[in-house]
Amino acid sequence: MAEVLVLVDHVDGEVKKVTTELLTAARRIGEPAAVWVGDATEQGKAKLAEFGAEKVYVAPAELNDYVVAPKAELLAHLAGEKSAAAVLVSATTEGKEVAGRTAVKLGSGVLTDVVDVSADLVAEHSVFGGATLTHAKVRTGTPVIAVRPNAVAAEAAQGAAAEEQVSVEVSDAAKTAKVVERVKQEQGDRPELTEAGIVVSGGRGVGSDDFSTVEALADSLGAAVGASRAAVDSGWYPNQFQVGQTGKTVSPNLYVALGISGAIQHRAGMQTAKTIVAVNKDPEAPILEISDFAVIGDLHKVAPQLTEEINKRK
Amino acid sequence: MNIVVLVKQVPDTATERKLNPADNTLDRASSDGVINELDEYAIEEALLLKEKHGGEVTILSAGPDQATDSIRKALSMGADKAVHLNDEALHGSDALQTAYALSQALRKLEFDVVVLGSESTDARTGVMGAALAEYLGLPQLTLANKVDVDGRTVRIQRQTDEGYDVVEAQLPAVVSVVEKINEPRYPSFKLIMAAKKKPVEKFDLAAAEIDAAKVGLANAATETVDFAAAPPRAAGTVVKDEGNGGAQIADFLASKKFI
Ligand SMILES: Cc1cc2nc3c(=O)[nH]c(=O)nc-3n(C[C@H](O)[C@H](O)[C@H](O)COP(=O)(O)OP(=O)(O)OC[C@H]3O[C@@H](n4cnc5c(N)ncnc54)[C@H](O)[C@@H]3O)c2cc1C
Ligand SMILES: Cc1cc2nc3c(=O)[nH]c(=O)nc-3n(C[C@H](O)[C@H](O)[C@H](O)COP(=O)(O)OP(=O)(O)OC[C@H]3O[C@@H](n4cnc5c(N)ncnc54)[C@H](O)[C@@H]3O)c2cc1C
Repeated sequence: MAEVLVLVDHVDGEVKKVTTELLTAARRIGEPAAVWVGDATEQGKAKLAEFGAEKVYVAPAELNDYVVAPKAELLAHLAGEKSAAAVLVSATTEGKEVAGRTAVKLGSGVLTDVVDVSADLVAEHSVFGGATLTHAKVRTGTPVIAVRPNAVAAEAAQGAAAEEQVSVEVSDAAKTAKVVERVKQEQGDRPELTEAGIVVSGGRGVGSDDFSTVEALADSLGAAVGASRAAVDSGWYPNQFQVGQTGKTVSPNLYVALGISGAIQHRAGMQTAKTIVAVNKDPEAPILEISDFAVIGDLHKVAPQLTEEINKRK
Repeated sequence: MNIVVLVKQVPDTATERKLNPADNTLDRASSDGVINELDEYAIEEALLLKEKHGGEVTILSAGPDQATDSIRKALSMGADKAVHLNDEALHGSDALQTAYALSQALRKLEFDVVVLGSESTDARTGVMGAALAEYLGLPQLTLANKVDVDGRTVRIQRQTDEGYDVVEAQLPAVVSVVEKINEPRYPSFKLIMAAKKKPVEKFDLAAAEIDAAKVGLANAATETVDFAAAPPRAAGTVVKDEGNGGAQIADFLASKKFI
């Protein structure tokens, strides 16, 4: 069975959920081979094994010192050497870029932000803010596919996860954009936004930088906190929590929108949530059109009551 | 410092967007074309760079005849001139073919920086900046929320999942922007009038030395096999808060087993 390369997303050695989803999708197509850039941790490799990785290719951390290009060189090299059936990456902003460059190197086609992939490599896209579903395939070269986090349900299946160091010479051409500093903004103890099963977001309706109402509800549900651009631009909540067209695309089981009107750019980032709940004081707000359950009212009254109810029912 | 800004005309997100069942490509006729939102931020950033460092701002757009409207709009924001890559053979090109075609057109232009949006609102592939850097062999400075140029050194803040990376390179470079970078200006009446007279050069495949065998629907490495309207969401329940709105949501969440 041909190998399917899966680029591992990890933070400080911890494998992200999206990687387990990619491995699950990869198993339909062939034999999953994880590609890890940096020092692979025991805990991380165990996770990859749990989701069916037969191999784990480990490449030096140096590849992270430059923007995207070295990772694309690595993937293109491995795809050629192993005659891979496909290359799967996560459809984060960086993942999509890695996919694009890898495909150029391989002379193949790229499909980004797909929500599903079948055994015969037909990918499903959810486009135009979720209004249209398309199916697409790559007809030239090794398909390179970026899959949206939370779109494919991860299923465990034991793999050997045999480790193999790969040494790659990063070309000079791939070293032109150098990362000179990395700034991490605090994330807190909450689940990561794109990975979370539940997201509670606040918008301009929150009214100030006091997001405690939103955070309390999120914590009662074990959810991540998100924000609309209006809230981020007002300086009420940090940038990396923005949901939408130019923020993060989330696809949780439950999305709760507090004081968010539901502008098209916001919806582009959350419309594929399985269940949507909104609290808004305007009965005309567009978010209501896509909500499964909505309360017309003041979020500062409704959300605390909801939090209290949830905590009571635990 | 000469800057080329890539501008894509996209269907207005406020209107209903469709694909054309004849060849599964974007139906451009059925909705109004506008400048891709993030490209206005790219134009603004180019104008700010020009104000600081001098030089010229050139718009480059690949698209059919109607893309002229977006090119005029871009010029009315203050760009100096434009190149319109327009050839029937480009119809149906996929993202990487488009990147190849744009890279060939760019080889005909003089620039220190190429600025583009990080994503379009229609296709949203988000690959263009990376693919152009690959084709042109130039530094990839993408997802920038801040750009500083000092001599031949350019530094950006690249937005990441956890915060941002500071990335440094030497010009010439490819820079893609996110909307945090600036606030695009509105064209003044004076600039709108002036834009009518600004030069728009037409490029066809030959002018840009684009290999016809590498572009267009028939040669695309990707293929959209079918499409359909997503199943509509079942109409949701909307209740007015009568003092128990929170409890009602809790009941709903319990019925869905979230709590
Ligand atoms: C290039 C570009 C990219 C963009 N990208 C994004 C993006 O990634 N993400 C994003 O979110 N937006 C994005 N936007 C902005 C988007 O167009 C909207 O402006 C934004 O989403 C609005 O945020 P909001 O819903 O919080 O604010 P508003 O639209 O002002 O809505 C606030 C809502 O809160 C309600 N409200 C007010 N007070 C209360 C209360 N006490 N209780 C209950 N409800 C209340 C109001 O009825 C209203 O519906 C982008 C725009 C552009 C041009
Ligand atoms: C719904 C839909 C889904 C699609 N999915 C795929 C896919 O998965 N794979 C694939 O290969 N193709 C896909 N395509 C085709 C793709 O849209 C086009 O080839 C497009 O020209 C480039 O992709 P983009 O707009 O997504 O680029 P992005 O990378 O999202 O655009 C980023 C920036 O590139 C610049 N830019 C993009 N196009 C032009 C242009 N024509 N002229 C000037 N500047 C430009 C703009 O500055 C823009 O902000 C899809 C098209 C549609 C309509």
